[in-house]
Amino acid sequence: MDAVREQVIAILARQALLSPEDVKPDDSPDTLGLDSLGLVEAIFAIEETFGVTVPFSPNEPVAGQGFDVSSVDRIIAEVERLIAATGR
Amino acid sequence: MKRVVLTGAGTVNALATDVPGTLAALAAGRSGIGPLDFRDVGRLSVRIGAQVWGWDESRFSAREVALYDRFTQFAVTAAAEAMAMAGPGAEAGAGVIVGSAAGGIATWEDSYRAVYAEGKSRVPPLTVPRLMLNAAASHVAIRHGLHGPAFAVSSACASANHAIGLAFRMVRDGVAPAMLAGGAEAMLCFGGVKAWEGLRVLSPDGCRPFDLRRNGMVMGEGAAIFLLEDAERARARGAVALAEVAGFGMTADAGDIVVPSAEGAAAAMREALAEAGMAPGEVGYVNAHGTGTQVNDRTEVAAIRAVFGPAAAGLMVGSTKAAHGHAIGATGALELLACLSALRDGIVPPTLNLTTPDPDCDLDHVPLTARRARVGAALSNSFAFGGLNAVLALRAA
Repeated sequence: MDAVREQVIAILARQALLSPEDVKPDDSPDTLGLDSLGLVEAIFAIEETFGVTVPFSPNEPVAGQGFDVSSVDRIIAEVERLIAATGR
Repeated sequence: MKRVVLTGAGTVNALATDVPGTLAALAAGRSGIGPLDFRDVGRLSVRIGAQVWGWDESRFSAREVALYDRFTQFAVTAAAEAMAMAGPGAEAGAGVIVGSAAGGIATWEDSYRAVYAEGKSRVPPLTVPRLMLNAAASHVAIRHGLHGPAFAVSSACASANHAIGLAFRMVRDGVAPAMLAGGAEAMLCFGGVKAWEGLRVLSPDGCRPFDLRRNGMVMGEGAAIFLLEDAERARARGAVALAEVAGFGMTADAGDIVVPSAEGAAAAMREALAEAGMAPGEVGYVNAHGTGTQVNDRTEVAAIRAVFGPAAAGLMVGSTKAAHGHAIGATGALELLACLSALRDGIVPPTLNLTTPDPDCDLDHVPLTARRARVGAALSNSFAFGGLNAVLALRAA
């Protein structure tokens, strides 16, 4: 498992009070039990960990327009895309 | 109009993290003042205070720590003790008012340090709900399911007395059958002490109320929260009344922003006595604002003399700030505990460090050691920067 995947799962697991092995690729924030505050805390941790700015707003008319949070796999893909865009 | 009694009390302060420990420390003449211990303290010129030593955040969950500034942590801990003491049924219809001067100041400080000093581009996402002045009141309401009136009041060093006084009038007037009220403050952080240093009112070496050698106040922190309840309902529930809140007085000097006026203070005391239907001769104890600054203590004694006249001779006028420190917006609530000690237990807490009486402060200031006395009624004074005066009048239950 690559480092980004592992770290994103660790962040989500910590906010959801789960152990990382209980976080599945197709889990959504809902199925993980992440409420809105938990999700913004997780996004903050992702920004701090990877040095990226996550264009996520819970106020968008279509949720996840700027940053797809529909599943763990989608979140990891989005983070990888943001890291790639920084050119590192 | 209803009679209003206190049926619950809780506290966290430098003396102890509960009411029995605090009352025992006050009676024993112990002081919670010592060397301050927090980040960057070495860059301060004043390095003493009454800090809540060894406070352990791990009593809260990770989510709670993310949401609770230190002042909220103190408030919810004190409120839990008060509600446990008040017993089953206390929460029905109740509301909450928490006074604080600075709210989540450490949260402001941490977020500013992150973006200004450390060059970070973001702050933790829960910064706003953590720093807001009403965070303590809201979390107390959430934890105890209090759906009644809930809000914060802020009037610097009179915040707690304003909170308790407003709660008293709401219960007396039937707005709510019970209210949790008090104060919470956690200004003992680098920026908090630095700001007070600038005003040059802090003592570098100790708090000596009414003493000739007094050279300023010593900051404290903590919370005290009380359940004020309709006396009839309290009796019906079988709750024990700790004391009666009988009157409240609040006035503004409308003069200088920091220099106190004896007239404004005296007017607040007179209003509290009048509302309580209390004759000056009935009062046995005044818990003074007694900060240990030259001007406060002298002015306060003049105000007490003006209100009490000849009855001032029979009065004990103590300051407990040398014990728990000046806890700013929480201080009036901590001092209400000293009044409970006098009214309920017959133990009048002493004014510590008073060894060289000031001829201008010539009342019975209960120096150095606690005194056993029967006290039927008491006043608790708080006078704030901004010229705001708030005085509570209490009777033994």
